[in-house]
Amino acid sequence: MTDDQTAIEFRDVSFTLPDGKTLLSNLNLRVQAGETLVLLGRSGSGKTTTMKLINRLIDPTAGEVRVERKPTVEWDPIRLRRRIGYVIQEVGLFPHLTVEENIGVVPRLEGWEPERIRERARVLLAMVGLDADRFAARFPRELSGGQRQRIGVARALAADPPVILLDEPFGALDPITRREIQREFKTLQQELKKTMVFVTHDIAEAFVLGNRIALLKDGELILLDVPRALLQSEHPEARAFAECFYDAQSSGSSV
Amino acid sequence: MTLFEFFSRNARELLTLTFEHLFLVVVSTGIAILIGVPLGILLTRKPSLSKPVLGFANIMQTVPSLALFGFLIPLNIYLFHVKIVGGIGARTAIVALVLYALLPIIRNTFTGISSVDPAIRDAGRGMGMTDRQLLFQVELPLALGVIIAGVRVATVICVGTATIAAAIDAGGLGRYIFRGLRANDNVLILAGAVPAALIAMGADLALGYVERTIQFSSAVKAKSRRLLWSSVVGLLAFLGVAYFFAGKSAGRIAVGSKDFTEQVILGEILAQAIEGKTGLPVVRRFDLGGNLAHEALVAGEIDLYVEYTGTALLAILKSPPLTDPPEVLRRVKSEYARRFNLEWTEPLGFNNTFAILVRGEDAKKFNLKTISDAAKVSAQWRAGFGQDFMSRADGYPGFARTYGFHFEETREMDLSLTYRALVDKQVDLVAGNSTDGLISRYGLVQLEDDRHYFPPYDAVPVVRQVTLEAHPEIGTALKQLGGILTVDEMRKLNYAVDGEKRQPRDVAQEFLRLKGIAR
Repeated sequence: MTDDQTAIEFRDVSFTLPDGKTLLSNLNLRVQAGETLVLLGRSGSGKTTTMKLINRLIDPTAGEVRVERKPTVEWDPIRLRRRIGYVIQEVGLFPHLTVEENIGVVPRLEGWEPERIRERARVLLAMVGLDADRFAARFPRELSGGQRQRIGVARALAADPPVILLDEPFGALDPITRREIQREFKTLQQELKKTMVFVTHDIAEAFVLGNRIALLKDGELILLDVPRALLQSEHPEARAFAECFYDAQSSGSSV
Repeated sequence: MTLFEFFSRNARELLTLTFEHLFLVVVSTGIAILIGVPLGILLTRKPSLSKPVLGFANIMQTVPSLALFGFLIPLNIYLFHVKIVGGIGARTAIVALVLYALLPIIRNTFTGISSVDPAIRDAGRGMGMTDRQLLFQVELPLALGVIIAGVRVATVICVGTATIAAAIDAGGLGRYIFRGLRANDNVLILAGAVPAALIAMGADLALGYVERTIQFSSAVKAKSRRLLWSSVVGLLAFLGVAYFFAGKSAGRIAVGSKDFTEQVILGEILAQAIEGKTGLPVVRRFDLGGNLAHEALVAGEIDLYVEYTGTALLAILKSPPLTDPPEVLRRVKSEYARRFNLEWTEPLGFNNTFAILVRGEDAKKFNLKTISDAAKVSAQWRAGFGQDFMSRADGYPGFARTYGFHFEETREMDLSLTYRALVDKQVDLVAGNSTDGLISRYGLVQLEDDRHYFPPYDAVPVVRQVTLEAHPEIGTALKQLGGILTVDEMRKLNYAVDGEKRQPRDVAQEFLRLKGIAR
């Protein structure tokens, strides 16, 4: 793999809170253009911290993060963030905006014409499988959890950013909806070929969606490889997740 | 007279007072919003400021309104030669109301924005919103309901507090309440209190409705944001103009009065005498509470009012009691000229002092003329005194000592009840006010203060020296009022207003005609 295929790169990155607590230590990581990298780990393992370093919601206390080969600290944070779609758990939708307005946030910030924004919202709603006529004027609280999450994905895609960050986007959904939306997302992913960084603590989800998985524990990278390799690893944390995966498989087949 | 009759008879005045009241509330709440919301936003950006700012706003809320007025009146703060703070009238009332309304608005803006879900804020920042975009497109719209709840509380506080603004001549429904309290007239009190309560309830309901519906309205879009800004600018302009005109109308002679019937009648007498004699335009700024009339005079907010020599000596100059009337007048005259540049003109002729009163039949039976006469026969008597008389320097303890009174019982009661108690023979001697209209009405006899225990309270117009220099004809007009009123005449005028419910303006006019001063 050559260097210009690298979309995001972490070089010896650490992040320490002012009170001295280290959330991330010495992370080295490359995300290839067009791949989906899953950050897997328990709560507090440093997944979300890693993600926030990419769009400069926080800056590293040591090392550097590069996006499109340029260190993030040299990016204007506003410009950087508008090139990166961001999906967080369902609460991330603005409750005071309609579906159409939520999807149009970044295009509006970018100064698009209202007509173009409306058109784009319709295209994206269709892409995530929602009928624009029915949903465009609704408010987030009038939607089901699965619908909200689809809107969240549509919103992140609105200004066609090359990179998309997803922080446990499907975490609050019921298992069936979750399975459905994962399948849809997978299709979308293959169509769009965006660079994606996907945070989850669900190993099954990581298997379905990830080209590669980065396993984190206590702020350290334990393993970075294709999903299958995780099942064969001897590392206790990898085995804990692997067991979880087998349990889910067996109980899932009995349903 | 029932409340409904009162309203139908005084519909126009009621409407005027209601508008004055609404004006005070709208202008002060508006200014409080324009100051409080940006300040609340600032606090969310600089949290270290939140303790001192909220602390200050908290303290302002605990200051009693009359004390706050008293503090604001002597201030003279100018901006481009326009007085913006100080003096009496609507402007000072607005400043005080704004200070009261600030706390809920600042606090709710701060809390509303602070309690926006951090995940939503992160989503906005993560999508590339600048701080300003985050504030206007996410935080403020989401905090709007809480902010409006704060405005709602502030408005209700303003409606209530604005009733007290009548004490500094700011108008409003408080005028009825103060007038009613003074005349012990429940219908008048209700005439002010009921509309004020209705305004408060109406404002509360309306803003409560806005608060509920706002949550369902959609975003602050570009167009409506422009609308918002132009309405803010418009409101700002309106408030500026309103605040400016809320001040004193310049170039007119302002006659003041304290907040009881006799003072309002005397204020009318001064005003009509000046109007009739000089033709100068006169504004009436009556019903000033506490010592506010004096402070307004010193501050140049009014040009003259009637003061009592004893009050000036004890309450304003804080001198020990003196009892010789000419000496007291000389003393206050020279001190006022030296300290305040104020001029005492001719005494009006009557002395509104404490009146030691007995029933007419007792006076006849025991042949009582003086207080000393009464002291001799009073061993079995019960006495009734107001709270004021029991506590003040020239009150009960010295009085009993000077005349050697030993009452069987001394009852402390509200001044307005003492006359009734005397007539009903529940007590045998009371201390009232010598000019009270009820004295002649109940056939009571005032005993002479033969040992000169009470300081004199001669009523005298006090005028600003600069006003007299600018308009010497005012001095001439006041001179003809010298010695014009006896205690008995003053009692009759007071009774005409308090007892017969006539207008002070008409009573004063009739009196001046009778004396040949007005045609």
